[in-house]
Amino acid sequence: MKYLADIGSYFIMLGNVFSRPTKTSVIKELIYKEIDELVINSLGIVIFISFFVGGVVAIQTALNIDNPLIPSYLVGFATRQSVILEFAPTFISIIMAGKMGSFITSSIGSMRVTEQIDALEVMGINSLNYLVYPKVIALLLYPFVIAIAMFLGILGGWVAGVYGGFSTSDAFIQGLQEDFKPFHVVYAFIKTFVFAFILATVPSWQGYFMKGGALEVGKASTNSFVWTSVLIILANYIITSLLLS
Amino acid sequence: MIRVENLHKSFGEEEVLKGISTSFEKGKTNLIIGQSGSGKTVFLKCLLGLFEAETGKIFYGTKAIQEMNDDEKKELREHMGMVFQGGALFDSMTVEENVMFPLRMFTKKKKEEMLHRVNEVLTRVNLVNANKKFPSEISGGMQKRVAIARAIVNNPRYLFCDEPNSGLDPKTAILIDNLIQEITQEYDITTVINTHDMNSVMEIGEKIVFLQKGNLAWEGDNTQIFKTTNKDVTDFVYSSDLFKKIRDIQNMEN
Repeated sequence: MKYLADIGSYFIMLGNVFSRPTKTSVIKELIYKEIDELVINSLGIVIFISFFVGGVVAIQTALNIDNPLIPSYLVGFATRQSVILEFAPTFISIIMAGKMGSFITSSIGSMRVTEQIDALEVMGINSLNYLVYPKVIALLLYPFVIAIAMFLGILGGWVAGVYGGFSTSDAFIQGLQEDFKPFHVVYAFIKTFVFAFILATVPSWQGYFMKGGALEVGKASTNSFVWTSVLIILANYIITSLLLS
Repeated sequence: MIRVENLHKSFGEEEVLKGISTSFEKGKTNLIIGQSGSGKTVFLKCLLGLFEAETGKIFYGTKAIQEMNDDEKKELREHMGMVFQGGALFDSMTVEENVMFPLRMFTKKKKEEMLHRVNEVLTRVNLVNANKKFPSEISGGMQKRVAIARAIVNNPRYLFCDEPNSGLDPKTAILIDNLIQEITQEYDITTVINTHDMNSVMEIGEKIVFLQKGNLAWEGDNTQIFKTTNKDVTDFVYSSDLFKKIRDIQNMEN
């Protein structure tokens, strides 16, 4: 029963997020602030992880190829497929569930504990629209983060493959171009938009409806990471089944 | 003026407010007092519209909040100011931005006009040279002043304060009490203060509503409260040693 009530409150929250809009000039500023906090501030960790994980994918693929019949361009091909289809959109989103999601839950949860949300409501402001809507709009830029992760993942694979002596540059680039299906990129970005919506709304819901004090803010942040990750993985499975199978 | 008629509020099977009827007068500091768990905060949150009462009505002017549509409620809330127990200042904003917030949300004033008004109310609450500081950088008393400034910046008709003195030393508490009373008279607003501080009752209790276990047990002013024979009220008033001693001295003098 509790899960049903939670699902219900999540969808009621979504309804309120998109109703009774806040003044445009104020919401515009909030969107810029959220872009800075959620998108720009995430770039450092995304760049670091993407580059090195791309390199690891290339090295592991190369080390597992010991059959001379397997073409050498497979290193580039496997790196491209892994990075574009799963690593960049899904793996990075789960990392973002930890970084971005915890930040959203703890900031909204702290506002709940210190009555700042009550203060907004007393002033007649739709607190859900004020707090959550800018995050949803800011995360429309999330696919750019994932595009950067894709590019750097492949670049990391090329650097590790070529300079580690596992592949030649020509073979790696041939692998990148081999059997390339543009729809795979479309599929990756479709699921990125879905993950962005989950990343903006589930942690907000956890923070907004939390009760208690500082300890509960911590618990809500942990729950936020768990539920956001679970929903991203479920959404990944459903979207993949619908679009690729 | 705010008029309350037969207000009931329950949480599950527990009835917290059991049919409260009273009124809060314009231009006066109206105090809601009572022990912890008497229903003061729930009553205040019902007045603010943060909790919906099961039965009963709260009239703001001539219209009950229960009969207002969303637009009317929104308009009413634009005329409300609230000072929360902990201040509830937005910690990501400076003092100036906090006070300016209601103006940005509800007026079309230019930035210079807003800044002028912000400085005006900050001066009124005796807070200067703190505009660019964040709430975490100022003292509890200063935070309360900022909260009062934010509450009055948009010229509200109704001012609500939840335990405005909690966590403050006695001297600062009296300053905050006096400030609220002066502002109430100066702006001719209806002020409702939720407190259990007897110093506030003595200083600014122009109308006092005493709640006991969700019932309105007594109402009067700060002179009548020391003469009442209502046992619940006298138990509450003379629960501190200081007031007991004052009563004993007065009895001896008489």
